[in-house]
Amino acid sequence: MSELPPYMRPERSFQGLILALQRFWADHGCVILQSYDMEVGAGTFHPATTLRALGPRPWNAAYVQPSRRPKDGRYGENPNRLQHYYQFQVILKPSPPDIQQLYLSSLYAIGIDPEIHDIRFVEDDWESPTLGAWGLGWECWCDGMEVSQFTYFQQVAGFECAPVAGELTYGLERLAMYVQGVDNVYNLNFNGREDNRKVTYGDVFLQAEQEYSRHNFEHSDYEMLFKQFSMAEEACRKYLVDGWADKEKSRHLMVLPAYDQCIKASHVFNLLDARGVISVTERQSYILRVRELAKACGEAWLKTQAGGQG
Amino acid sequence: MLMPDLLFELFSEEIPARMQARAAEDLKKMVTDRLVDAGLVYEGARAFATPRRLALTVQGIPARQPDLKEEKKGPRVGAPENAIAGFLKSAGLKSLDEARVEKDKKGDFYVALIEKPGRDAIDVIADMLPVIVRTFPWPKSMRWGERSERPGALSWVRPLHAMVATFGPETEEPTLVHFAVDGIESGFVTYGHRFLAPDPISVRHFDDYVAKLEKAKVVLDAERRREIIRTDAKNLAFAQGYELVEDEGLLAEVAGLVEWPVVLVGSFDEAFLQIPGEVIQATIRNNQKCFVLRDPQTAKLVNKFVLVSNMEAKDGGRAIVAGNERVIRARLSDAKFFYATDLKTRLEDRLHKFKDIVFHEKLGTQAARIERIEQLASELAPLVGADVDKAKRAARLAKADLLTEVVGEFPEVQGLMGRYYAQAQGEDEAVAHACEDHYKPKGPDDLVPSDSVSIAVALADKIDTLVGFWSIDEKPTGSKDPYALRRAALGVIRIVLDNNLRLPLVAAFRRAIDGLLSTHSALINVDRLPAELLAFFADRLKVQLREQGARHDLVDAVFSLEGQDDLVLVVRRVAALGKFLDTDDGRNLLAGFKRAANILRIEEKKDSASYDSAPDEALYQLAEEKALARAMTEVKAEAGRAVADEDYESAMRTMAKLRPHVDAFFDKVTVNAEDRALRANRLKLLNEIRAATRAVADFSRIEG
Repeated sequence: MSELPPYMRPERSFQGLILALQRFWADHGCVILQSYDMEVGAGTFHPATTLRALGPRPWNAAYVQPSRRPKDGRYGENPNRLQHYYQFQVILKPSPPDIQQLYLSSLYAIGIDPEIHDIRFVEDDWESPTLGAWGLGWECWCDGMEVSQFTYFQQVAGFECAPVAGELTYGLERLAMYVQGVDNVYNLNFNGREDNRKVTYGDVFLQAEQEYSRHNFEHSDYEMLFKQFSMAEEACRKYLVDGWADKEKSRHLMVLPAYDQCIKASHVFNLLDARGVISVTERQSYILRVRELAKACGEAWLKTQAGGQG
Repeated sequence: MLMPDLLFELFSEEIPARMQARAAEDLKKMVTDRLVDAGLVYEGARAFATPRRLALTVQGIPARQPDLKEEKKGPRVGAPENAIAGFLKSAGLKSLDEARVEKDKKGDFYVALIEKPGRDAIDVIADMLPVIVRTFPWPKSMRWGERSERPGALSWVRPLHAMVATFGPETEEPTLVHFAVDGIESGFVTYGHRFLAPDPISVRHFDDYVAKLEKAKVVLDAERRREIIRTDAKNLAFAQGYELVEDEGLLAEVAGLVEWPVVLVGSFDEAFLQIPGEVIQATIRNNQKCFVLRDPQTAKLVNKFVLVSNMEAKDGGRAIVAGNERVIRARLSDAKFFYATDLKTRLEDRLHKFKDIVFHEKLGTQAARIERIEQLASELAPLVGADVDKAKRAARLAKADLLTEVVGEFPEVQGLMGRYYAQAQGEDEAVAHACEDHYKPKGPDDLVPSDSVSIAVALADKIDTLVGFWSIDEKPTGSKDPYALRRAALGVIRIVLDNNLRLPLVAAFRRAIDGLLSTHSALINVDRLPAELLAFFADRLKVQLREQGARHDLVDAVFSLEGQDDLVLVVRRVAALGKFLDTDDGRNLLAGFKRAANILRIEEKKDSASYDSAPDEALYQLAEEKALARAMTEVKAEAGRAVADEDYESAMRTMAKLRPHVDAFFDKVTVNAEDRALRANRLKLLNEIRAATRAVADFSRIEG
């Protein structure tokens, strides 16, 4: 770390932290992907995780994923909650035997020295009702702060993971706040510079948080969104039907475009939920509808080349 | 010679704290049960758990299984050939020469003596341990790594990395119990603390294992970790002039999160102490798993907390304390913000939201439920001495705190926050306290509300719940009681008894049913509901009284009389009955009653007739008959008066007067007389004994 210029150091610069993590996982053989170009609620939705976790082929990848949780918006007024934030996602399939040690080394790489901190693995079972997925693992605590999620995927899209993948998710803003010693997310130093060259997280995102909160809670066009949900759902089903190469359903040729529509439906549902136009009873049925799409995509994926077929 | 010991350790990634104690017990039971089944009776066993390991020591295992000798009975001499062949095969004999011939009543038959030499215990254990690992009952388990794609891959709570299994007397170098499970081989090697001593350690016997772990910064025994934490936390608190707020649940959990507990103290801004102490404690406890401290003089919380780390840090814990303080500051800021936000909205202004919240699919919204409770509370208020308007107001507001931010974040402070917010908006004290106390009693050790307004709301809340779930046939079954209905019924019982409330339950149930019917039509079983629910109360009361040492059959004897729904009277009657049955008069009267009932039962069955009509005075022949009849008339009237006065002791004393007459009757009078009319009349007289005792209890339900 000492060879890094100060503005690149993970404990001084948000982007430096991201780059350090990318560098670390690149050194350990991961494909460094870029973010998926659609709105998602978490890094898990990226096809590089959801779909690649299925099937027998080994897969090691890491990427930053901007994640949208419309309900968590606070008009930029809460120092800890955002409707748009970054997750750093690592997926290792099959999970390597030393995955915990690798994770701890990655913390060291961003300036968390286990000799002076208290790092703990605290039970946390992960479940995504919309993805039909579950796994067992932990929240990783550093001095009482949850800095990552660590999950051994057991099932995705309703299918057993064989082999099991290990998933690491770092909450980047929180981690950066911790290593920079900052109490308000908007005060994070984004570019690691000082004085008038310093750019903060607030400079980059505060206005967006305010605007999107207004949009998500008060103004989003829910009639359009209801339509979009149905359209995405229909399109997903159509692409899945059209994608089968033969009557025996032995191979599928169009799962990724279908899965995009599943992601779309999921995000639209989150927007509708934030807008408060879905009742408690309807809520469950929307979740089930997305899950059905995810399951159908998973089934089709297993009949593709990357899913292990051919 | 010393008998061998077994040391067994399963080393894995972090085991959830809540599963550790149970897993240690399961491991011990699985191994020792199988040892005993295999004829290996051991001297002692102890099991342990840390976040990263389960360990077991079994001492004094015989080195070999005993030899087994078994006699196997075969076919008769001269039996068909295939029967003989089958016998030889199953007994493992080469020919009939190896079998013995024995005799019984029916003739000669073959007997084979089968000798099964015992195996070495170490071999038996090596066969047993992999099965235990494979079938271990974790509440949730998982697959991992490369092998997870193969069929039959091992499933464990989290990835399993190593197994130690050694066997031998403590004076000798132990032998490896050699086995493998899904690619993991048993060995002598384990590992110490993840950060403080991560290198492999070679271990032999249990004592050596514990000592080496301790050197490698692992305290094996959870009990000891708890005591270290407790002692250090108390001392650190004391050193600062404060007192630890003890919390056994948290202590057990924290002891399951560390292998090497290091206790540290942190602080937070005093300004946060404006937040109610319970909220501060909930924040710090639930989210951060830290303890809070209080001032021993004022019993109020202070701005300090105790954290338990798993690390002897190079900097003495400075970074760890600073980190925890930052997290707690953020959490308390949230809590303070929630509390301040909550105070801006009056409780009644939140109620409209309950229209959108479903209480239960078949029982409607929370809003409807609150209206029912309000109505029922106002009807019960006069019966429990509460002001009707206050009871109504309290019932209306009592659930409103469920919609506040603080309760949303920390469900365990529900009720309490209702009281704080009610007080803050200037509600009457009785109303404010009812917001908190109407949930009580929450468990067997919880206090029972004693203020009349709280009582009215608590009863209305619980009775509405019970009647509601009964009306949709959602009753508790076996161990399943998802709506905590047993607790609700027991709550009603305790409130009624502790406050000596004269509350006829059936009428209260009917009022609750009327409330339900005003909004719901399709309820099943409304006519039978009060009686069935009362029977459920009788069962709960039995459990309750049995715990206090009363006989459950006496509760039955009282409840089986008509119209027993006044719990205070039921309990008083049960007590008087118990006392009476402890006297000679009571015991003898019961014996006389049983005798009369037995005779009646037999004769009524024989005759296919019942003798429950009044006897004819003109047919009495003997003085004893007349005396008994006279005594019964007197006693019935007198006991009836005493019961009407609720004076059960004197009703029982009156009953005692029957005793000499009953004794004399059985002594002198032949019931089964030759004369049919006479016999029938005497049976009718016996029936009168049954009827007379019903003035105080149904004696047929009394055991003994």
